[in-house]
Amino acid sequence: MERTIAIDRPWSWRSFFLQWEWLLVLIFVAVHVVNSVLSPDYLTVDTFLETPMSFLDKAFLVLPMTMVIILGNIDISVGSIVALSAVVMAVAFHAGLPMPLAMLLCLLVASACGLVNGLLMTSFKELSSVIVTLATMIIFRGIAYVILEDQASGQFPIWYSALGWESFGGVPIILIAFAACAVLFTLLLHKTSFGRRIYGMGNNLTASRYSGVRTDSIILIVSTLTGLMAGVTALFLTSRMGSTRPNVAQGYELEVIAMVVLGGVSTSGGKGRMAGPLLAVFIIGFLNYGLGLVNIPAQVLLIILGLLLVLSVLVLKVRFRERAVRGSGSLPVEKVAARGPEDAAQ
Amino acid sequence: MRGAPLSERFRELGLLAFIVLLCAAFQVRNHNFLTLGNLGDLLTNTAILSILSVGMMMVILTRGIDLSIGSTIALAGMVSSLTVSAHRGIHPLVSIAEGVLVGTLVGALNGLLIARFAVLPIIATLGLMNVVRGATYLISGGAWVSAYQMSDGFKAIATGRFLGVRHPILIALVINLAFVYFIEHTRTGRQIYAVGSNPEAADVSGIPRRRIVALVYTLMGALAGLGGVIWAAKFASAQSDTAVGFELSVIAATVLGGVSIAGGSGKPSGLVLGTILLGILNNALPLIKVSPFWQQAIQGGVILAAVLTNVLVKRNNQLFALRTRAI
Amino acid sequence: MAETVLELKGISKSFPGVKALQDVHFDLGRGEIHALMGENGAGKSTFIKVVTGVHQPDAGQILLDGAPVRIEGPKDSQRLGIAAIYQHVTCFPDLSVTENIFLGHETVRPVLRNIDWGQLHRRAKDLLRQLDAGFDPRTTMGNLSVAQQQIVEIAKALSTGARIIIMDEPTAPLTARESEDLYRITEGLRDQGASIIFISHRLEDVFRLAFRVTVLRDSRYVGTWEVGRLRQEDLVRAMVGREINQLFPRRAAAVGDEVLRVEGLSRTGFFEDVSFSVRRGEIVALTGLIGAGRTEVCEAIYGVARPDRGRVLLDGEELQVSGPAQALEKGIGYLPEDRLRQGLILDWDLARNVTLPTLDRFARLGWLQPAKEEAAAKDLGERLEVRARSVFDLASTLSGGNQQKVVVAKLLAGSLKVLILDEPTKGVDVGAKTAIFDIMNGLARMGYGIVMVSSEMPEVLGMSDRIVVMREGRVAAILHTQRSSQEEILHAAMPERRV
Repeated sequence: MERTIAIDRPWSWRSFFLQWEWLLVLIFVAVHVVNSVLSPDYLTVDTFLETPMSFLDKAFLVLPMTMVIILGNIDISVGSIVALSAVVMAVAFHAGLPMPLAMLLCLLVASACGLVNGLLMTSFKELSSVIVTLATMIIFRGIAYVILEDQASGQFPIWYSALGWESFGGVPIILIAFAACAVLFTLLLHKTSFGRRIYGMGNNLTASRYSGVRTDSIILIVSTLTGLMAGVTALFLTSRMGSTRPNVAQGYELEVIAMVVLGGVSTSGGKGRMAGPLLAVFIIGFLNYGLGLVNIPAQVLLIILGLLLVLSVLVLKVRFRERAVRGSGSLPVEKVAARGPEDAAQ
Repeated sequence: MRGAPLSERFRELGLLAFIVLLCAAFQVRNHNFLTLGNLGDLLTNTAILSILSVGMMMVILTRGIDLSIGSTIALAGMVSSLTVSAHRGIHPLVSIAEGVLVGTLVGALNGLLIARFAVLPIIATLGLMNVVRGATYLISGGAWVSAYQMSDGFKAIATGRFLGVRHPILIALVINLAFVYFIEHTRTGRQIYAVGSNPEAADVSGIPRRRIVALVYTLMGALAGLGGVIWAAKFASAQSDTAVGFELSVIAATVLGGVSIAGGSGKPSGLVLGTILLGILNNALPLIKVSPFWQQAIQGGVILAAVLTNVLVKRNNQLFALRTRAI
Repeated sequence: MAETVLELKGISKSFPGVKALQDVHFDLGRGEIHALMGENGAGKSTFIKVVTGVHQPDAGQILLDGAPVRIEGPKDSQRLGIAAIYQHVTCFPDLSVTENIFLGHETVRPVLRNIDWGQLHRRAKDLLRQLDAGFDPRTTMGNLSVAQQQIVEIAKALSTGARIIIMDEPTAPLTARESEDLYRITEGLRDQGASIIFISHRLEDVFRLAFRVTVLRDSRYVGTWEVGRLRQEDLVRAMVGREINQLFPRRAAAVGDEVLRVEGLSRTGFFEDVSFSVRRGEIVALTGLIGAGRTEVCEAIYGVARPDRGRVLLDGEELQVSGPAQALEKGIGYLPEDRLRQGLILDWDLARNVTLPTLDRFARLGWLQPAKEEAAAKDLGERLEVRARSVFDLASTLSGGNQQKVVVAKLLAGSLKVLILDEPTKGVDVGAKTAIFDIMNGLARMGYGIVMVSSEMPEVLGMSDRIVVMREGRVAAILHTQRSSQEEILHAAMPERRV
């Protein structure tokens, strides 16, 4: 009996608009509406071009972090990588290294940190990403403190501050850079075999491995990319601050993870799209700006971020009726560490 | 015998030996180390760490983690300090109760999110860490509470002595003893181990897993609250950035004490040794002129080393079990 | 053996799409060891679940000591004195033996409600001694061997006062020596008044222990016989039942050169000195009892686990595979036993599942070409007659048989030389089984060398050209299918009978 299988993709207006990202668009618009009420001159082109300069530095981290969380992992060491690579750059520059080379060194050190994370995770599969990045979070920043103690290091060449403060053709450099990276990462995640494998691993690590996905290589690459983007963040952050010290970028991990989760990426892995976190970046960025308009202190943003993080996770669970990974009731078996190599492969 | 399983006792003896060696080494470098005065300071500082590591051990036993305790310490300390500065006559026990209550509420919130709503512990406690820290700032209005605003009774929570022993040390002792009793001699305590050892089997065996998980986070919060009051009394100040990053020291002490990050195993005796070891490091490193800026890196290294050692030991045990398995 | 302590009358149980039990009868006498036999899928596990209260029967009656009962759940069955000991030990590896036995109902001292460890350890020791086990109850569970853990499970059952004990394939993970110990323990339990339902694949177990045996086949009750009056062939026929030729499509085998050779493959604790070869167009069955090490050998060839010694040669060339990715590249494909966990990504659609192993063929320099993927998935799906509406149907919505076809499709998207199929018809209903066999024949005709792991004798005899029988981690025999019989295979698969 001849049976044919169709290749038409099921589609409906309803399913199209019921997506999480539309909710984010609504929130995005809402934030701007509120802001414009608080500040009469808000709705200008300048606002939209210049405000991002203040928050886009950490946005670079959102791109690889999305991949990390889709993989089913987490990385809380990103703030420390930013600090360490920034500190190394500053010290190297003041030791005589030309600034462009110092910047390159920054990226190299950051990538190396990411690679260390990846190597630890692939060599010791019994350990979860939580505990590995917890340890490296402490170690990387610790090294930064050893290098620079409690000093600040600044006085970079004048052109360096242009990176974070100037525009090119009317568009801020940081925005151009972010846009380029965003495009690259989005294509990587959604249009390449690499991205497909990431989704596979996040959905079912064992089946992916059995299907020939090189799981170790992918984890190494994603970790290194995370490090690299942390280096980029360090470049822009230091440029904007004009100086650096070992305690910079503290709390970045919370903000970045919050943005990714708010963007609809599930913490159990295998689901989510880049568009959501990208929207979330701008939502939280402009929200912060709005808070500043009414002189609400930065600490309140912390509360808001913490609440947003937890609420997003809750709402996502309800919305997409997540089944627990282990299927034994709705209590997650926190993979702070897997029980053995066979567990780690799940 | 080559490849034989390394037992728990071996690890504890190792820790003890390491502590003794370390003390000897430190004493050689600085003769002031093993003085009564310094040891008293050491134990007092370690007391808060000990109180909190008891809670963290229970959390980690269930395969969880709690990053919010530093913020809880700050909040509890701030709340109790503010109350004292407004009502000087308050009995110190009331202040303690206040702090414990605050901590319990935070812990219960963690427990609710993690046990009832199945939020990952890392996410729930990371979020709460920041919410609580922000709340501390808000209720203090950004201002500090300093020594002169605190009553002597309040400060005596940390500085006072009973039978010649400083209060914090006594409190830590009582807490540890209660903990040993709870975790090794009560049904609920043993169920905490079971939940972490095999969550699915726990469900099947009718153990109230969710309730136990909620319990451990609530207890952690309560202990953090207690620690917060002692902290504020000891340093005679309450700030909104109190105890930032302290959770990492607590985790370090717990992991160093042999509590497996995979859950289900660890002994209170090991915990005490791990806490003392970390306390010694914190106390002695400045004494031998190690820059305080090395402390964080050392702490991170300690966690990593302890965790990796655990993994390698487990692999060795598994290999041994396979070899002895007669086909 | 006097009264009947447990009786099942006309029990039926169905799940969506599958009849697990149909009009099954069973009775257990007091102090009897009664064996329950049947092939995979015959209904044994549902049987256990009905008796332990996990499932409620759709029809029929359960009688306990002559009185009808409803067993509401596992706790209820425990209260009624029924305990089950499963194949996969669910224990707490970090806790002591004593705790594993008594967890949840430890004895506590009156005032302080603290656990009376001394008494508990003593009680544990007593229970263990009853079972002829001498190890210290303070030992951590994880440090015990599987056999010892099983004994602890039995002790746990005894500690709840169980009078009816169900043992599900208890000898499966055990060696011959450990099985002997288990026989003694089981007989000891019987002598103390317990009634035992002993579920096993092994004829050896049945003839050694049981007074009577009940056979289930295809969810139906076949019959109950006294073991003493039964011949082995009769029992085997009762279990298998049908004519072997009818079910399996006839093949014309054009067998070519050797494509895969395994030499002296060993992995400590799992298998030892395994050697066999496979030729193009040939189907080699890898059989043996559960626990013999078949899946582990396959995983070693495929790169999932690393062997300690030995070689694998593909077309004469020695292979060094560090993982499934390399194995696939070199030309070895694997159909995993656990389809849902290892074979498919359930939340993905058909197309993405099928193309995952060969993703590079559908991507130009890494850039995906969805149109190509969808076309390939459609093509393969139609060729294998997968019943799906479109290539975008989620894998979770397909039936077991169709899911299995999708996993096979994954293997066909590329160009492989050797296919290792681990229990390819497990969990597949009879109708779809034939389809899978047709596919396998087609694959052999195309020149693949096929290794088929199977526990089902009819399948082994019906589909293969040669049979590699494994026993306790070693190759016991390599037989030519045409010239061998079921008895010969079973005889090779089972450990030596002790006199």
